[in-house]
Amino acid sequence: MPVIKDVVCTFCGCLCDDLEVTVEDNKITKVGKACKLGRAKTMGMFLHERIEKPMIRKNGKNSELEECSYDEAITKAAEILVAAKRPMSYGWCSTSCEAIEKAVVLAEVTGSLFDSTANVCHGPSALATQEKGAPSCSLGTAKNYADLIIFWGCNPVHAHPRHQTRYSTMAKGAFTPNGKKDKKMVVVDPRNTDTAKKADLLIQLTPGTDYVLIEALRAIVNGHADVLPDEIAGLPKAKVMELADMCKASKFGIIYFGMGITQTRGRYKSGDNVSSLLSDLTQTNKFVMIGMRGHYNVTGFGQVAAWETGFPMAIDFSRGSAYYNPGETGTNDVLMRKEVDAFITGAADPGAHFPQESVKHLYKIPAIQVDGYANPTTEFSDVVIPAAIAGVECDGTAYRMDGQPIRMKKLIETTFKTDEEILTEIIAKVHELKENGGA
Amino acid sequence: MIETILISGRTIDQGATLEEKTSQAYFNAAAYCELSEGNLEVLGVSVDQNVKVATAHGTVVLPVKIDKRLSDDIVFIPMGPWANAIVDPDTCGCGMPGFKGVPATVEATTDPVLNMKDLMATYKE
Repeated sequence: MPVIKDVVCTFCGCLCDDLEVTVEDNKITKVGKACKLGRAKTMGMFLHERIEKPMIRKNGKNSELEECSYDEAITKAAEILVAAKRPMSYGWCSTSCEAIEKAVVLAEVTGSLFDSTANVCHGPSALATQEKGAPSCSLGTAKNYADLIIFWGCNPVHAHPRHQTRYSTMAKGAFTPNGKKDKKMVVVDPRNTDTAKKADLLIQLTPGTDYVLIEALRAIVNGHADVLPDEIAGLPKAKVMELADMCKASKFGIIYFGMGITQTRGRYKSGDNVSSLLSDLTQTNKFVMIGMRGHYNVTGFGQVAAWETGFPMAIDFSRGSAYYNPGETGTNDVLMRKEVDAFITGAADPGAHFPQESVKHLYKIPAIQVDGYANPTTEFSDVVIPAAIAGVECDGTAYRMDGQPIRMKKLIETTFKTDEEILTEIIAKVHELKENGGA
Repeated sequence: MIETILISGRTIDQGATLEEKTSQAYFNAAAYCELSEGNLEVLGVSVDQNVKVATAHGTVVLPVKIDKRLSDDIVFIPMGPWANAIVDPDTCGCGMPGFKGVPATVEATTDPVLNMKDLMATYKE
């Protein structure tokens, strides 16, 4: 029975690269070493329905999607984008860097806005990095050196299930040979999460007070504990002092941070302040930070977009060159301003993951979806183009949460076009339409 | 009625059913809310009975579950269409809507929970 080893999991930003996948008659029958998320992702096409054929709505949003050919769907998609005055391309984070590169080209030739799922994830972390920097390291370095692991506003037991055994708390490193016994673990979260069960210290702060807590830690680290009140972020001052003491006592600390930092009050200013805290702590010991990235290749989107355009997300090509101003050019901003008049998305699901006001606008404009599976985005899409699953049905490159590029394998054959092929064909059709004077 | 703070976020079951959002499994994984045990008593509801969660941005009806470790001031909803019916769309000028930390009220209701397609259909004009 053929078993493919060292398979890269394409669910979350951990990009675990040790899966063992059994393939029989071009069908995946077993996925070894994966977590629940990785197994569901890798075997998905054999566990539940997928989009089998390209589809088009011929009579507006209230009409049914009707099956058509790839050529027909790709032509319709190109016509929509060429006819639009303010098109937007969004997503492209659960796919390969090669596909993302094509998505950049399509956005440029159509003068589109171009954004990633970081818009509802770690976008503020990118802004924080641009403001203050993000002292970081590889997950390998963290595994081998870190003796203090702080999970701030993230819940890896649910979102990154193998993170702790492969890279952080439980991992045995060169300078932490006994794994958890050689490390301290802290969870900062308003919820007493499943991750917190094994923490040495839970800092259960009041929702939305992350910035306040970071600021208090900075005051303590810098020798100004005397100016702090008795209660900080809903916690006794002594608890915050305990965390600061743990930070000061560590040799190599790392803050893994998630949506608890980026989606709450303060947004990028909290991430910015984490960086400042690390700067303070690094006066005496080593401290780094890594964002817990959700979509497996959202980091890759940032890399590709940055080397192609100079910016990691929220890019506007309408001026003929790349312009970047998140808050103005971010997907949810332009949707809520009802500025966009056509929308293409791939390898993401804005229908499920955008606020109601943004989705309402998506119901009013022509929308194109490139995806392997039906989801809420399908409900308002006028053109639906089925795609091969990257990392299972085609190979490609993805970037792990620490910025390490990893090559994904092709495990089985497919008749579905890849995201890269679909985008390449839409680009060709756009050029053709433009040469013929538009749609 | 109780006053809470809404937090949405990943759960492993929501993540494991991400690619099958038209399925009952995804509905079961994403269409519910969690409250503390004490808050269920205050509301006079049992596990799996429906509650209406309302914010300044919308309302959503969901069955309720207990998280014994949850604070009384928090209502948790797995990330997805049901949570996003009531999150704060304002990005505060930095691109990111408010998916966590939104003031919300919770009250008992006999209204039904909408499935994914029916929920999405409410956005049509």
